[in-house]
Amino acid sequence: MLSTHDLTAFYGDFQALFGIDLEVDAGEIVAIIGANGAGKSTLLKAITGLVPTHSEAVRFMGEAIGGRPAHRILSLGVAMVPEGRRLFPSLTVEENLQLGAYRKRAGPWTLERVYDLFPALREKRRMPSTALSGGQQQMAAIGRALMANPKLLICDEMSLGLAPIVIKSVYDVLPAVVAQGISLLIVEQDVGLAMRVSQRLYCLQEGRVALAGRSQALSREQVSVAYFGI
Amino acid sequence: MSGWLDTIIQGVLLGGLYALFAMGLSLIFGVMRLVNIAHGDLIVLAAYLALVVVNATGLNPLAALAICVPAMFLIGYVLQRGLLNFTLGGDILPPLLVTFGLSIIIQNALLQGFSADPRALRLGGFETESFHLGAGIAVGYLPLLVLGVAIALAFALELLFARIPLGRAFRATSDDPEAAQLMGVNDRHVYGLAMGIALGIVAVAAVFYGIRTTFAPTDGPDRLLFAFEAVIIGGLGSFWGTLAGGIVLGVAQTVGFRLDPGWGVLTGHLAFLVVLLFRPTGLFPRTRG
Repeated sequence: MLSTHDLTAFYGDFQALFGIDLEVDAGEIVAIIGANGAGKSTLLKAITGLVPTHSEAVRFMGEAIGGRPAHRILSLGVAMVPEGRRLFPSLTVEENLQLGAYRKRAGPWTLERVYDLFPALREKRRMPSTALSGGQQQMAAIGRALMANPKLLICDEMSLGLAPIVIKSVYDVLPAVVAQGISLLIVEQDVGLAMRVSQRLYCLQEGRVALAGRSQALSREQVSVAYFGI
Repeated sequence: MSGWLDTIIQGVLLGGLYALFAMGLSLIFGVMRLVNIAHGDLIVLAAYLALVVVNATGLNPLAALAICVPAMFLIGYVLQRGLLNFTLGGDILPPLLVTFGLSIIIQNALLQGFSADPRALRLGGFETESFHLGAGIAVGYLPLLVLGVAIALAFALELLFARIPLGRAFRATSDDPEAAQLMGVNDRHVYGLAMGIALGIVAVAAVFYGIRTTFAPTDGPDRLLFAFEAVIIGGLGSFWGTLAGGIVLGVAQTVGFRLDPGWGVLTGHLAFLVVLLFRPTGLFPRTRG
Protein backbone atom coordinates (compact mmCIF):
# COMPACT_ATOMS: atom_id res chain seq x y z
CA MET A 1 0.00 0.00 0.00
CA LEU A 2 2.69 2.46 1.06
CA SER A 3 6.34 2.02 0.21
CA THR A 4 9.41 4.18 0.25
CA HIS A 5 12.34 3.57 -2.08
CA ASP A 6 15.78 4.92 -1.38
CA LEU A 7 14.14 7.87 0.37
CA THR A 8 16.49 10.72 1.21
CA ALA A 9 15.60 13.97 2.97
CA PHE A 10 17.49 17.08 3.94
CA TYR A 11 17.05 19.88 6.44
CA GLY A 12 18.95 22.63 4.64
CA ASP A 13 22.45 21.23 4.13
CA PHE A 14 21.97 18.58 6.77
CA GLN A 15 21.03 15.17 5.40
CA ALA A 16 18.57 13.55 7.79
CA LEU A 17 17.66 10.37 5.85
CA PHE A 18 19.95 8.17 3.74
CA GLY A 19 18.00 5.83 1.48
CA ILE A 20 15.10 4.48 3.54
CA ASP A 21 13.23 1.46 2.14
CA LEU A 22 10.04 0.74 3.99
CA GLU A 23 6.75 -0.97 3.25
CA VAL A 24 3.29 -1.00 4.81
CA ASP A 25 0.76 -3.52 3.49
CA ALA A 26 -3.00 -3.23 3.65
CA GLY A 27 -4.39 -3.95 7.10
CA GLU A 28 -0.96 -3.98 8.70
CA ILE A 29 0.36 -2.22 11.80
CA VAL A 30 3.97 -1.22 11.25
CA ALA A 31 6.09 0.48 13.89
CA ILE A 32 9.15 2.66 13.51
CA ILE A 33 11.48 2.96 16.47
CA GLY A 34 14.79 4.68 16.95
CA ALA A 35 16.67 7.00 19.25
CA ASN A 36 16.17 10.76 19.26
CA GLY A 37 17.52 12.23 16.04
CA ALA A 38 17.44 8.90 14.20
CA GLY A 39 15.16 10.48 11.57
CA LYS A 40 11.77 9.03 12.53
CA SER A 41 9.86 12.31 12.44
CA THR A 42 11.64 13.41 9.26
CA LEU A 43 10.62 10.15 7.61
CA LEU A 44 6.96 10.76 8.50
CA LYS A 45 7.21 14.35 7.28
CA ALA A 46 8.69 13.18 3.98
CA ILE A 47 5.85 10.68 3.55
CA THR A 48 3.14 13.22 4.39
CA GLY A 49 4.61 15.96 2.22
CA LEU A 50 5.90 18.36 4.86
CA VAL A 51 9.54 17.73 3.92
CA PRO A 52 10.52 17.59 0.23
CA THR A 53 11.78 14.38 -1.34
CA HIS A 54 11.95 13.03 -4.90
CA SER A 55 8.73 11.74 -6.40
CA GLU A 56 9.65 8.03 -6.77
CA ALA A 57 10.82 7.93 -3.15
CA VAL A 58 7.28 7.48 -1.86
CA ARG A 59 4.66 5.31 -3.54
CA PHE A 60 1.10 5.02 -2.29
CA MET A 61 -1.49 2.72 -3.90
CA GLY A 62 0.82 2.35 -6.89
CA GLU A 63 1.27 6.09 -7.39
CA ALA A 64 4.52 8.02 -6.98
CA ILE A 65 3.60 10.74 -4.47
CA GLY A 66 6.96 11.86 -3.08
CA GLY A 67 7.28 15.63 -2.75
CA ARG A 68 3.62 16.40 -3.36
CA PRO A 69 2.10 19.08 -1.10
CA ALA A 70 0.75 17.77 2.19
CA HIS A 71 -2.88 18.60 1.40
CA ARG A 72 -2.74 16.50 -1.81
CA ILE A 73 -1.29 13.53 0.02
CA LEU A 74 -4.06 13.76 2.62
CA SER A 75 -6.59 13.77 -0.21
CA LEU A 76 -5.17 10.45 -1.44
CA GLY A 77 -5.90 8.90 1.95
CA VAL A 78 -2.82 9.34 4.14
CA ALA A 79 -3.72 11.04 7.43
CA MET A 80 -1.39 11.85 10.28
CA VAL A 81 -1.69 12.24 14.03
CA PRO A 82 1.19 14.67 14.52
CA GLU A 83 3.66 14.59 17.36
CA GLY A 84 2.49 16.76 20.24
CA ARG A 85 -1.15 16.42 19.05
CA ARG A 86 -1.20 19.93 17.58
CA LEU A 87 -4.92 20.50 18.01
CA PHE A 88 -6.07 23.94 16.90
CA PRO A 89 -6.43 26.04 20.07
CA SER A 90 -8.95 28.51 18.65
CA LEU A 91 -11.28 25.71 17.54
CA THR A 92 -13.60 23.72 19.76
CA VAL A 93 -13.15 19.97 20.10
CA GLU A 94 -15.90 19.35 17.57
CA GLU A 95 -14.52 21.93 15.13
CA ASN A 96 -11.13 20.22 15.36
CA LEU A 97 -12.80 16.96 14.40
CA GLN A 98 -14.76 18.62 11.60
CA LEU A 99 -11.57 20.10 10.19
CA GLY A 100 -10.26 16.57 9.84
CA ALA A 101 -13.08 16.02 7.34
CA TYR A 102 -12.13 19.16 5.37
CA ARG A 103 -11.48 17.17 2.18
CA LYS A 104 -14.79 15.30 2.54
CA ARG A 105 -13.33 11.89 1.74
CA ALA A 106 -16.02 9.24 1.78
CA GLY A 107 -15.78 6.48 4.36
CA PRO A 108 -17.10 5.04 7.57
CA TRP A 109 -15.82 7.71 9.96
CA THR A 110 -18.24 10.41 11.05
CA LEU A 111 -18.53 12.63 14.13
CA GLU A 112 -20.86 10.04 15.66
CA ARG A 113 -18.44 7.18 15.08
CA VAL A 114 -15.55 9.14 16.58
CA TYR A 115 -17.66 10.03 19.62
CA ASP A 116 -18.60 6.36 19.98
CA LEU A 117 -14.92 5.49 19.94
CA PHE A 118 -14.01 8.26 22.42
CA PRO A 119 -17.09 9.00 24.57
CA ALA A 120 -15.11 11.54 26.64
CA LEU A 121 -14.90 13.79 23.59
CA ARG A 122 -18.67 13.86 23.13
CA GLU A 123 -19.12 15.46 26.56
CA LYS A 124 -16.52 18.12 25.81
CA ARG A 125 -17.34 18.73 22.18
CA ARG A 126 -18.32 22.37 22.70
CA MET A 127 -15.22 23.21 24.73
CA PRO A 128 -12.00 24.65 23.32
CA SER A 129 -9.50 21.92 22.56
CA THR A 130 -7.17 23.45 25.16
CA ALA A 131 -9.63 22.42 27.89
CA LEU A 132 -8.94 18.72 27.29
CA SER A 133 -6.55 16.60 29.34
CA GLY A 134 -3.45 15.25 27.62
CA GLY A 135 -5.03 11.87 26.95
CA GLN A 136 -8.23 13.44 25.65
CA GLN A 137 -6.19 15.69 23.39
CA GLN A 138 -4.49 12.62 21.98
CA MET A 139 -7.90 11.04 21.40
CA ALA A 140 -9.10 14.20 19.68
CA ALA A 141 -6.00 14.18 17.47
CA ILE A 142 -6.67 10.56 16.49
CA GLY A 143 -10.35 11.30 15.93
CA ARG A 144 -9.47 14.31 13.79
CA ALA A 145 -7.21 12.17 11.59
CA LEU A 146 -9.89 9.44 11.33
CA MET A 147 -12.41 12.03 10.14
CA ALA A 148 -10.36 12.21 6.94
CA ASN A 149 -11.33 8.57 6.33
CA PRO A 150 -7.75 7.60 5.55
CA LYS A 151 -6.53 4.34 4.08
CA LEU A 152 -3.30 4.78 6.00
CA LEU A 153 -3.07 6.41 9.40
CA ILE A 154 0.31 7.62 10.58
CA CYS A 155 0.76 8.19 14.32
CA ASP A 156 3.75 10.10 15.63
CA GLU A 157 4.75 9.60 19.27
CA MET A 158 1.28 9.02 20.67
CA SER A 159 2.52 8.03 24.13
CA LEU A 160 4.63 11.14 24.65
CA GLY A 161 3.83 12.88 27.92
CA LEU A 162 0.96 10.58 28.85
CA ALA A 163 0.48 8.44 31.96
CA PRO A 164 0.83 4.67 31.35
CA ILE A 165 -2.86 4.01 31.97
CA VAL A 166 -3.79 6.73 29.49
CA ILE A 167 -1.35 5.34 26.94
CA LYS A 168 -3.07 1.99 27.27
CA SER A 169 -6.51 3.50 26.69
CA VAL A 170 -5.22 5.32 23.60
CA TYR A 171 -3.61 2.21 22.14
CA ASP A 172 -6.63 0.08 23.00
CA VAL A 173 -8.63 1.77 20.25
CA LEU A 174 -6.21 0.80 17.48
CA PRO A 175 -7.75 -2.64 16.82
CA ALA A 176 -11.11 -0.94 16.22
CA VAL A 177 -9.40 1.38 13.74
CA VAL A 178 -7.66 -1.46 11.89
CA ALA A 179 -10.96 -3.32 11.78
CA GLN A 180 -12.24 -0.52 9.51
CA GLY A 181 -9.60 -1.47 6.96
CA ILE A 182 -7.06 1.21 7.87
CA SER A 183 -3.35 0.44 7.86
CA LEU A 184 -1.25 1.97 10.61
CA LEU A 185 2.27 3.32 10.62
CA ILE A 186 3.34 4.16 14.13
CA VAL A 187 6.38 5.95 15.49
CA GLU A 188 6.81 5.09 19.13
CA GLN A 189 9.42 5.94 21.76
CA ASP A 190 8.38 3.05 23.96
CA VAL A 191 10.11 0.11 22.26
CA GLY A 192 8.28 -2.55 24.25
CA LEU A 193 4.93 -1.00 23.38
CA ALA A 194 5.91 -0.69 19.71
CA MET A 195 6.89 -4.38 19.57
CA ARG A 196 3.65 -5.46 21.24
CA VAL A 197 1.19 -3.57 19.06
CA SER A 198 2.88 -3.92 15.68
CA GLN A 199 3.21 -6.80 13.25
CA ARG A 200 6.39 -5.52 11.70
CA LEU A 201 9.00 -3.11 12.88
CA TYR A 202 11.73 -0.87 11.48
CA CYS A 203 14.50 0.50 13.64
CA LEU A 204 16.17 3.66 12.39
CA GLN A 205 19.64 4.74 13.33
CA GLU A 206 21.24 7.94 12.10
CA GLY A 207 18.95 8.18 9.11
CA ARG A 208 19.27 4.55 7.96
CA VAL A 209 17.25 1.40 8.56
CA ALA A 210 19.34 -0.55 11.08
CA LEU A 211 16.89 -3.39 11.55
CA ALA A 212 13.65 -4.58 9.99
CA GLY A 213 11.53 -7.63 10.64
CA ARG A 214 8.47 -9.21 12.20
CA SER A 215 8.01 -7.73 15.66
CA GLN A 216 7.40 -11.13 17.29
CA ALA A 217 10.48 -12.64 15.69
CA LEU A 218 12.94 -9.97 16.82
CA SER A 219 14.84 -10.45 20.06
CA ARG A 220 15.41 -7.72 22.62
CA GLU A 221 19.15 -7.96 21.92
CA GLN A 222 18.77 -7.46 18.19
CA VAL A 223 16.60 -4.42 18.82
CA SER A 224 18.89 -2.81 21.36
CA VAL A 225 21.92 -3.27 19.09
CA ALA A 226 20.04 -1.65 16.22
CA TYR A 227 18.66 1.04 18.50
CA PHE A 228 21.90 2.13 20.13
CA GLY A 229 24.28 1.07 17.40
CA ILE A 230 26.77 -0.65 19.67
CA MET B 1 -25.83 69.93 24.58
CA SER B 2 -27.47 68.73 21.39
CA GLY B 3 -24.36 70.03 19.65
CA TRP B 4 -22.28 67.43 21.42
CA LEU B 5 -24.84 64.73 20.77
CA ASP B 6 -24.66 65.65 17.10
CA THR B 7 -20.87 65.45 17.23
CA ILE B 8 -21.00 61.97 18.68
CA ILE B 9 -23.58 60.76 16.18
CA GLN B 10 -21.49 62.10 13.29
CA GLY B 11 -18.44 60.44 14.86
CA VAL B 12 -20.18 57.08 15.03
CA LEU B 13 -21.20 57.45 11.38
CA LEU B 14 -17.64 58.37 10.36
CA GLY B 15 -16.49 55.37 12.37
CA GLY B 16 -18.51 53.17 10.04
CA LEU B 17 -16.25 54.21 7.16
CA TYR B 18 -13.11 53.62 9.23
CA ALA B 19 -14.41 50.22 10.21
CA LEU B 20 -14.85 49.43 6.50
CA PHE B 21 -11.25 50.50 5.89
CA ALA B 22 -10.11 48.29 8.75
CA MET B 23 -12.16 45.14 8.15
CA GLY B 24 -9.94 43.73 5.40
CA LEU B 25 -6.77 44.55 7.32
CA SER B 26 -8.18 42.78 10.36
CA LEU B 27 -9.06 39.73 8.25
CA ILE B 28 -5.64 39.23 6.67
CA PHE B 29 -3.80 39.90 9.89
CA GLY B 30 -6.05 37.42 11.66
CA VAL B 31 -5.56 34.66 9.08
CA MET B 32 -1.90 34.98 8.10
CA ARG B 33 -0.27 37.48 10.47
CA LEU B 34 0.46 39.68 7.50
CA VAL B 35 0.64 43.44 8.10
CA ASN B 36 -0.23 44.89 4.73
CA ILE B 37 1.41 48.31 4.46
CA ALA B 38 -0.18 48.73 1.02
CA HIS B 39 -3.72 48.35 2.42
CA GLY B 40 -4.47 52.08 2.23
CA ASP B 41 -3.08 52.30 -1.29
CA LEU B 42 -5.21 49.34 -2.32
CA ILE B 43 -8.24 51.29 -1.03
CA VAL B 44 -7.24 54.23 -3.21
CA LEU B 45 -6.53 51.89 -6.15
CA ALA B 46 -10.00 50.40 -5.76
CA ALA B 47 -11.51 53.89 -5.72
CA TYR B 48 -9.80 54.64 -9.05
CA LEU B 49 -10.97 51.29 -10.37
CA ALA B 50 -14.53 52.29 -9.45
CA LEU B 51 -13.99 55.64 -11.18
CA VAL B 52 -12.83 53.91 -14.35
CA VAL B 53 -15.78 51.51 -14.26
CA VAL B 54 -18.25 54.37 -13.67
CA ASN B 55 -16.78 56.42 -16.52
CA ALA B 56 -16.69 53.46 -18.89
CA THR B 57 -20.15 52.05 -18.20
CA GLY B 58 -22.13 55.00 -16.90
CA LEU B 59 -23.27 52.89 -13.95
CA ASN B 60 -23.77 54.60 -10.63
CA PRO B 61 -20.89 53.91 -8.22
CA LEU B 62 -22.89 51.54 -6.01
CA ALA B 63 -23.90 49.45 -9.01
CA ALA B 64 -20.26 49.49 -10.11
CA LEU B 65 -19.52 47.43 -7.00
CA ALA B 66 -20.90 44.44 -8.90
CA ILE B 67 -17.79 44.72 -11.09
CA CYS B 68 -15.32 46.20 -8.59
CA VAL B 69 -15.78 43.65 -5.79
CA PRO B 70 -15.10 40.58 -7.97
CA ALA B 71 -12.25 42.40 -9.73
CA MET B 72 -10.57 43.31 -6.43
CA PHE B 73 -11.18 39.78 -5.14
CA LEU B 74 -9.31 38.46 -8.16
CA ILE B 75 -6.50 40.99 -7.76
CA GLY B 76 -6.21 40.00 -4.09
CA TYR B 77 -6.06 36.29 -4.84
CA VAL B 78 -3.45 36.71 -7.57
CA LEU B 79 -1.41 39.17 -5.49
CA GLN B 80 -1.35 36.74 -2.58
CA ARG B 81 -0.48 33.63 -4.55
CA GLY B 82 1.85 35.34 -6.98
CA LEU B 83 3.76 37.53 -4.54
CA LEU B 84 2.84 37.75 -0.88
CA ASN B 85 2.81 33.99 -0.18
CA PHE B 86 6.54 33.99 -0.88
CA THR B 87 7.12 36.48 1.93
CA LEU B 88 5.30 34.46 4.59
CA GLY B 89 6.73 31.99 7.06
CA GLY B 90 9.39 32.87 9.56
CA ASP B 91 10.40 36.51 9.70
CA ILE B 92 7.89 39.37 9.88
CA LEU B 93 10.21 41.72 7.98
CA PRO B 94 9.81 40.42 4.37
CA PRO B 95 6.03 41.00 4.20
CA LEU B 96 6.47 44.49 5.66
CA LEU B 97 9.16 45.39 3.12
CA VAL B 98 7.35 43.90 0.14
CA THR B 99 4.01 45.54 0.94
CA PHE B 100 5.82 48.83 1.61
CA GLY B 101 7.34 48.56 -1.86
CA LEU B 102 3.92 47.70 -3.27
CA SER B 103 2.53 50.83 -1.61
CA ILE B 104 5.10 53.01 -3.39
CA ILE B 105 4.49 51.27 -6.71
CA ILE B 106 0.70 51.73 -6.49
CA GLN B 107 1.01 55.42 -5.56
CA ASN B 108 3.35 56.17 -8.42
CA ALA B 109 1.40 54.12 -10.94
CA LEU B 110 -1.75 56.03 -9.99
CA LEU B 111 0.09 59.35 -10.27
CA GLN B 112 1.25 58.35 -13.74
CA GLY B 113 -2.14 57.17 -14.82
CA PHE B 114 -4.47 59.70 -13.21
CA SER B 115 -2.29 62.73 -12.25
CA ALA B 116 -2.35 64.19 -8.74
CA ASP B 117 -5.77 65.85 -9.16
CA PRO B 118 -8.29 64.86 -6.52
CA ARG B 119 -11.21 62.85 -7.90
CA ALA B 120 -14.59 61.88 -6.52
CA LEU B 121 -17.42 59.45 -7.25
CA ARG B 122 -20.87 61.02 -7.71
CA LEU B 123 -24.16 59.52 -6.67
CA GLY B 124 -26.55 62.09 -8.07
CA GLY B 125 -27.44 63.96 -4.89
CA PHE B 126 -28.00 61.02 -2.51
CA GLU B 127 -24.64 61.67 -0.91
CA THR B 128 -25.79 65.01 0.52
CA GLU B 129 -29.36 64.07 1.52
CA SER B 130 -30.21 63.75 5.17
CA PHE B 131 -33.11 63.52 7.57
CA HIS B 132 -33.68 65.40 10.82
CA LEU B 133 -33.77 63.72 14.20
CA GLY B 134 -34.97 66.90 15.88
CA ALA B 135 -32.97 69.16 18.17
CA GLY B 136 -31.04 70.36 15.15
CA ILE B 137 -29.42 66.98 14.49
CA ALA B 138 -29.27 65.89 10.88
CA VAL B 139 -28.24 62.38 9.84
CA GLY B 140 -27.00 61.83 6.32
CA TYR B 141 -28.43 58.84 4.44
CA LEU B 142 -25.05 57.96 2.97
CA PRO B 143 -23.12 57.85 6.30
CA LEU B 144 -25.96 55.81 7.76
CA LEU B 145 -25.78 53.40 4.83
CA VAL B 146 -22.01 53.13 5.32
CA LEU B 147 -22.42 52.30 9.00
CA GLY B 148 -25.12 49.78 8.14
CA VAL B 149 -22.84 48.09 5.60
CA ALA B 150 -19.98 48.02 8.14
CA ILE B 151 -22.24 46.34 10.71
CA ALA B 152 -23.50 43.85 8.12
CA LEU B 153 -19.94 43.01 7.04
CA ALA B 154 -18.75 42.54 10.63
CA PHE B 155 -21.69 40.21 11.17
CA ALA B 156 -21.02 38.32 7.94
CA LEU B 157 -17.32 37.89 8.71
CA GLU B 158 -18.02 36.69 12.25
CA LEU B 159 -20.49 34.21 10.79
CA LEU B 160 -17.98 33.07 8.15
CA PHE B 161 -15.33 32.45 10.79
CA ALA B 162 -17.66 30.75 13.24
CA ARG B 163 -19.91 28.61 11.04
CA ILE B 164 -18.50 27.96 7.58
CA PRO B 165 -15.86 25.27 6.82
CA LEU B 166 -13.72 27.92 5.10
CA GLY B 167 -13.84 30.01 8.30
CA ARG B 168 -12.69 27.00 10.31
CA ALA B 169 -9.87 26.55 7.84
CA PHE B 170 -8.97 30.25 8.27
CA ARG B 171 -8.74 29.86 12.04
CA ALA B 172 -6.91 26.56 11.92
CA THR B 173 -4.36 27.84 9.41
CA SER B 174 -3.85 30.89 11.59
CA ASP B 175 -3.22 28.64 14.61
CA ASP B 176 -0.86 26.16 12.94
CA PRO B 177 -0.38 26.22 9.15
CA GLU B 178 1.55 22.93 9.07
CA ALA B 179 -1.05 20.98 11.04
CA ALA B 180 -3.75 22.51 8.84
CA GLN B 181 -1.97 21.15 5.75
CA LEU B 182 -2.01 17.72 7.34
CA MET B 183 -5.81 18.06 7.51
CA GLY B 184 -5.91 18.66 3.75
CA VAL B 185 -6.04 22.45 3.91
CA ASN B 186 -4.04 24.09 1.12
CA ASP B 187 -2.69 27.03 3.11
CA ARG B 188 -1.50 28.91 -0.01
CA HIS B 189 -5.01 28.77 -1.46
CA VAL B 190 -6.57 29.73 1.89
CA TYR B 191 -4.28 32.77 2.11
CA GLY B 192 -5.25 33.71 -1.44
CA LEU B 193 -8.96 33.51 -0.56
CA ALA B 194 -8.39 35.58 2.60
CA MET B 195 -6.64 38.31 0.61
CA GLY B 196 -9.32 38.10 -2.07
CA ILE B 197 -12.11 38.58 0.48
CA ALA B 198 -10.12 41.38 2.16
CA LEU B 199 -9.76 43.25 -1.13
CA GLY B 200 -13.41 42.63 -1.98
CA ILE B 201 -14.21 44.47 1.26
CA VAL B 202 -11.65 47.11 0.30
CA ALA B 203 -13.62 47.71 -2.91
CA VAL B 204 -16.78 48.36 -0.86
CA ALA B 205 -14.86 50.68 1.48
CA ALA B 206 -13.28 52.47 -1.48
CA VAL B 207 -16.56 53.24 -3.23
CA PHE B 208 -18.12 54.73 -0.09
CA TYR B 209 -14.89 56.62 0.58
CA GLY B 210 -14.89 58.03 -2.95
CA ILE B 211 -18.54 59.08 -2.67
CA ARG B 212 -18.04 60.67 0.73
CA THR B 213 -14.91 62.65 -0.04
CA THR B 214 -12.32 63.22 -2.76
CA PHE B 215 -9.35 60.93 -3.27
CA ALA B 216 -5.89 61.38 -4.76
CA PRO B 217 -3.08 58.88 -5.52
CA THR B 218 -1.11 59.63 -2.34
CA ASP B 219 -4.04 59.39 0.09
CA GLY B 220 -3.37 55.72 0.86
CA PRO B 221 -1.05 55.95 3.87
CA ASP B 222 -3.58 57.99 5.89
CA ARG B 223 -6.29 55.43 5.17
CA LEU B 224 -3.87 52.70 6.27
CA LEU B 225 -3.16 54.57 9.50
CA PHE B 226 -6.87 54.92 10.35
CA ALA B 227 -7.51 51.30 9.46
CA PHE B 228 -4.57 50.14 11.52
CA GLU B 229 -5.64 52.22 14.53
CA ALA B 230 -9.18 50.88 14.30
CA VAL B 231 -7.90 47.28 14.27
CA ILE B 232 -5.61 47.82 17.26
CA ILE B 233 -8.18 49.78 19.28
CA GLY B 234 -10.77 47.07 18.66
CA GLY B 235 -8.47 44.18 19.47
CA LEU B 236 -7.03 41.58 17.12
CA GLY B 237 -9.08 38.70 15.83
CA SER B 238 -12.56 40.14 16.37
CA PHE B 239 -14.57 41.86 13.65
CA TRP B 240 -17.01 43.34 16.16
CA GLY B 241 -13.90 44.74 17.86
CA THR B 242 -12.74 46.23 14.56
CA LEU B 243 -16.16 47.85 14.11
CA ALA B 244 -15.97 49.27 17.65
CA GLY B 245 -12.41 50.42 17.01
CA GLY B 246 -13.50 52.31 13.90
CA ILE B 247 -16.31 53.98 15.84
CA VAL B 248 -14.03 54.96 18.74
CA LEU B 249 -11.62 56.49 16.23
CA GLY B 250 -14.42 58.30 14.39
CA VAL B 251 -15.90 59.75 17.59
CA ALA B 252 -12.47 60.80 18.86
CA GLN B 253 -11.80 62.61 15.59
CA THR B 254 -15.12 64.46 15.42
CA VAL B 255 -14.88 65.45 19.09
CA GLY B 256 -11.39 66.82 18.48
CA PHE B 257 -12.58 68.56 15.34
CA ARG B 258 -15.34 70.26 17.31
CA LEU B 259 -12.89 71.48 19.95
CA ASP B 260 -10.62 72.90 17.28
CA PRO B 261 -10.83 72.26 13.55
CA GLY B 262 -7.10 71.48 13.50
CA TRP B 263 -7.31 68.77 16.15
CA GLY B 264 -9.47 66.13 14.52
CA VAL B 265 -6.79 63.75 13.33
CA LEU B 266 -4.66 64.43 16.42
CA THR B 267 -7.38 63.41 18.91
CA GLY B 268 -7.89 60.24 16.89
CA HIS B 269 -4.23 59.36 17.36
CA LEU B 270 -4.45 60.30 21.05
CA ALA B 271 -7.40 57.96 21.56
CA PHE B 272 -5.33 55.24 19.89
CA LEU B 273 -2.38 55.89 22.21
CA VAL B 274 -4.60 55.93 25.29
CA VAL B 275 -6.04 52.54 24.34
CA LEU B 276 -2.53 51.21 23.71
CA LEU B 277 -1.42 52.45 27.12
CA PHE B 278 -4.29 51.08 29.18
CA ARG B 279 -5.52 48.14 27.08
CA PRO B 280 -2.60 47.06 24.89
CA THR B 281 -4.61 44.10 23.56
CA GLY B 282 -7.45 46.38 22.44
CA LEU B 283 -11.03 46.72 23.65
CA PHE B 284 -12.41 43.37 22.50
CA PRO B 285 -9.53 40.97 21.88
CA ARG B 286 -10.44 37.45 20.90
CA THR B 287 -8.80 35.22 23.44
CA ARG B 288 -6.71 32.49 21.90
CA GLY B 289 -6.04 29.44 24.01
